[in-house]
Amino acid sequence: MEPVIKTAFPFIVTAVAVLIAFQMVLMIVAYTVLAERKVLGWIQGRIGPNRVGPWGVLQPFADLLKFIFKEDLVPDKSTKFIYFLAPLVALVCALMPMVVYPFGPAITTVDWTFLPYGLGEGIRTLPLTIAQIDVGVLFVLGITSVGVYGIALAGWSSNSKYSLMGGLRSSAQMISYELAMGASVIGVVMLAGSLDLGGIIYAQQTSPFRWYIIPQFVGFLVFLIAAFAETNRVPFDLPEAETELVAGFHTEYSALKFALFFMAEYVNMFTVSVMCTVLFLGGWYVPGLSHIFEPGSIPYALVSHFAFIGKIVAFLFFYIWVRGTLPRFRFDQLMNFGWKFLLPVALANVIVTTIVVFFLNR
Amino acid sequence: MASTALFFLFAGFAIMCAISMVYHKNPLYSAISLVGVFISLSCIYVTLAAPFIAAVQILIYAGAIMVLVVFVIMLLNLDDQQTQNRLRYLWALGGGLGLVLLVQTFFIFYAVMRAPQQASDQALTVGKTLSIGQSMYTIYLLPVEIVGVLLLMAIIGAVILARRLAQPQLELVVDQELDRRNEEELEDEYRIKL
Repeated sequence: MEPVIKTAFPFIVTAVAVLIAFQMVLMIVAYTVLAERKVLGWIQGRIGPNRVGPWGVLQPFADLLKFIFKEDLVPDKSTKFIYFLAPLVALVCALMPMVVYPFGPAITTVDWTFLPYGLGEGIRTLPLTIAQIDVGVLFVLGITSVGVYGIALAGWSSNSKYSLMGGLRSSAQMISYELAMGASVIGVVMLAGSLDLGGIIYAQQTSPFRWYIIPQFVGFLVFLIAAFAETNRVPFDLPEAETELVAGFHTEYSALKFALFFMAEYVNMFTVSVMCTVLFLGGWYVPGLSHIFEPGSIPYALVSHFAFIGKIVAFLFFYIWVRGTLPRFRFDQLMNFGWKFLLPVALANVIVTTIVVFFLNR
Repeated sequence: MASTALFFLFAGFAIMCAISMVYHKNPLYSAISLVGVFISLSCIYVTLAAPFIAAVQILIYAGAIMVLVVFVIMLLNLDDQQTQNRLRYLWALGGGLGLVLLVQTFFIFYAVMRAPQQASDQALTVGKTLSIGQSMYTIYLLPVEIVGVLLLMAIIGAVILARRLAQPQLELVVDQELDRRNEEELEDEYRIKL
């Protein structure tokens, strides 16, 4: 029995880590929804939800209960299998990138032998990342690009003209803006010389500017704009433009299946915020913190972790702020902007960065 | 042991998806099955210590090309494909090609089994981004450039084809519309006269 538990222990540690990360991300997502309603309320001179719990803090749970108990309608003429598959694809693809997020620096100074088997054979450091893979950036971009299927298939399988138009618009929009997004990341990858999210953060610590937002400001702007389009947020929320398409691709979805789409949208917001933070704002890195705490100790990791979460929350607030401020684009404006402005700017940024990096490394 | 089990899991899933891709009458189901094939192939690449190829497989094939295919299928809104009798005689050709493929597979299997077995150096894994980039831009620079030019030619060809076909068709549509309106006007004139 003993060797079995010893072999299984690293897997148990990973499973616990996945559970904690999952719980944290979903709680942040739930409260993003509440924050969105509150902040939009303030922007529009309203109060926002304030009935469930003190200041409305239990509103997300009330909403979830409502979603669970609502009647689950399925359109008669829909393609059943794909209709049920689509929300799952959307949410799974939104949640999967979580395994490569660098939530904080590795804890190296603690002796983990108080755990029954340490952290596994010969492992002394606790990285605050679930899986450290060599190509984290490509992994996140790839998984989020598979998420398009959720929306496209939902639109097609509902057998409704509004849904189909929403699905088509969304696939066209996501294909277009994915290119600009990928091209804007290349500059950072070239400066850091790594595709690993943790490696990019470490590269930013040793770079003269500390955060890549300074040398890669154009890339940052392109990434931010493309991120708005990728997550179907205002001003690019054409797939669910309610004045013309009722609710877009999820018109025919009700109850928990709608909740899955809703959750996927907010988890995607979280994902692009994490990517923005890691690529351009130094991730968990706080300049000067290593003079106060010893790098690798628990307080250093904690402060860094909360700095990381704080940067993400700032981005989420920015999203809500933009939603309360800007009107919606027209579809041809959206396409023209993506292909004729954003993509050339991103490519020019790649070329300029290549030349600069080439001459710096000579 | 675990990697062998994972290989058979993903390989089985890939073959299942491939069969369902060929046998489904509905083009959208076929496209989704093909996405399943790509994703399980990329899982196999991960177990073979080639994370870069796995990520690129998902990013390009599943994330970009197949999205375009699904997009086109949705746009055309094709019905279930009817069995086409004129393709019946191609069964023999397909069977012959399949046989050749099977022989090739067995030959590769045979060659791999005969090759001397060497433990691969873990530090020198070929799937890493750095080693792929270095070999692409040093040893294999010419093939990479040729493939790049080929892709560029394909894109330019597609653009030219689309333009040449679209322009006269558009004029034709406009002409037909004008003719129809003229006829209606004539009819109206007759009616007024009557």
